[in-house]
Amino acid sequence: MAARDRRARGGRGFGRRGFGRSHEARTGWMFLSPFVLLFALCFLAPIVVSVRAAFHRDLPTGGGLYGGGELVETFVGVENFAQVLATPALWAGLGRVVLFGIFQIPVMIGLALLLALLLDSEVVRRVTVFRLGFFLPFAIPGVIAALLWTYIYSPRLSPINQVLGAVGAPIDFFHPQMILVSMANMTTWTFAGYNMLIFLAALQAIPRELYEAARIDGASEARIVWAIKIPMVAPAALLAVLLSIIGTIQLFNEPTVLATVNPWMGNDFTPMVLAYNAMTGQAQPSGAGPASAVSIVMAVFAGVLAAGYALAQRRLAR
Amino acid sequence: MSAAWGAARPRRATVVVTWLVLIGALLYFLGPVYWVVVSATKSNQDLYTTSGLLPAANHIAENYATLLAWTQNQFWRWVGNSVFYSAAAGVIGTLVSVAVGYGLAKFKTPGGAAVQVAVLAGLLFPIALLTVPLYLLFIQLGLVNTPWAVIIPSCVSPFGVFLGRIYVEASVPDELLEAARLDGASELRIFFAVVLRLLAPAMVTIFLFIFVATWNNFLLPLMMLTTNELKPVTVGLYGMMSYFNPQYGAVLQGALLGVLPLIVLFLGLQRYWQAGLASGAVK
Repeated sequence: MAARDRRARGGRGFGRRGFGRSHEARTGWMFLSPFVLLFALCFLAPIVVSVRAAFHRDLPTGGGLYGGGELVETFVGVENFAQVLATPALWAGLGRVVLFGIFQIPVMIGLALLLALLLDSEVVRRVTVFRLGFFLPFAIPGVIAALLWTYIYSPRLSPINQVLGAVGAPIDFFHPQMILVSMANMTTWTFAGYNMLIFLAALQAIPRELYEAARIDGASEARIVWAIKIPMVAPAALLAVLLSIIGTIQLFNEPTVLATVNPWMGNDFTPMVLAYNAMTGQAQPSGAGPASAVSIVMAVFAGVLAAGYALAQRRLAR
Repeated sequence: MSAAWGAARPRRATVVVTWLVLIGALLYFLGPVYWVVVSATKSNQDLYTTSGLLPAANHIAENYATLLAWTQNQFWRWVGNSVFYSAAAGVIGTLVSVAVGYGLAKFKTPGGAAVQVAVLAGLLFPIALLTVPLYLLFIQLGLVNTPWAVIIPSCVSPFGVFLGRIYVEASVPDELLEAARLDGASELRIFFAVVLRLLAPAMVTIFLFIFVATWNNFLLPLMMLTTNELKPVTVGLYGMMSYFNPQYGAVLQGALLGVLPLIVLFLGLQRYWQAGLASGAVK
């Protein structure tokens, strides 16, 4: 099978012009190699380094009660993983991230889909202003967006609470029960327009004749949305959900910025915040070993989620 | 386009609701930007006491002076760093992405399938999780606290490769390559003189995505760079924000000036964004 395949493929393109197959392979690799080298350096090597680091720890050679002697990297087996998995902050952070994702992703994707459908409906003719306006927040870096919303939330500055306070119902955006919602709003604000543009592109790729045919058959506009538009955007929407799940696992900027004005959030609000602060020694357990262990645990978690999602999606499609 | 509606004219209520939702959404997305623009001109006192939506006494100059003083005159240097890191990563990353896209699309290479799998895995990998191990690796390589620590990882863009391959397949005809080969052009010359020329618009799109992703990255420079002079504007402003009782107008002015280059790129090159997102959506 494979041999036949190769022979069949060898027949076209390069080979017949007298360039040898090895020449083609060499030329191909010339173009692949810069990326392959960079990928090895920035993806593969760090994975190896983190696995290695996760099984080691810097321990003093002295061995006395207070250590003493030089710090030496020592193999400690699964001790880092055991310690990290026994850290309540990791599970609390993971719980927050999951809660955040379950709430934020459907709201954001739903909003993006609604806006894309409205812009595609041609009820409104001049859509450029809306398209650009919705997408603009994406051009604002996550940290800056977090900074801006943190000020908009802060009790002394908040323009929202200026209005709500006047009618006697100000919102405490920094309340521990409220902070995830406040954070979810930051992310939604940044990425809803981006996803909206992706959905809009998918919608506009649908041939208009399909709608004409449906109308001739007596379909209502609502029916066209449900039976044609939504199924046609579904693949793009499902990919957007998957990418949002992966983005949520790495939640770092928003909690880090919010923590500057809310010290109660600590240095371990999400797993990524925990990993960073473990590395810089600002959270327990600290050091390269535990920080790497947190990263690996989260990567595995992301892999399991992505695989589960892909399975669920395949089952739904059937 | 009006023909698309055929006989079914939208009802008046539908039109009104659509407009209301769209305008409401526009206020949600642009309101905070407007608030920042207005607030960047105010003193702390006016921020506490005047309406957030209306300008008060003009304190632009004072806030700007404070911004420069608090950043120890590093503010524009930070913006310059962001421009440099993003542009360097954008140029290198675009060339690398287009090259590998070309290699994958036009050559039968042993291992090409593995590279393709690596690109897909890279697209889905939670990249922030690599920051800690990258830091450990770059310590050993002596790259920590140099611009390379930010530029090199930012050059690797699986999404750029994905776009590069799609564009090569769509706009580089085999016949043209064959003709160039028959004329005796070397493979490198074909790539630089023929392929890159055909891909110019696509390269703008890939450049934009890498440029913005690099500018927006916060965790990587936060981890890698400690010297004040090397910080990009995102890390610099974060440091400013954590001051006790800052002059908000100054911080907000910094936020505004720190995203201005992005906004210009964004508005000026918006059709290239559209192109990149569209190919992501349709594939």
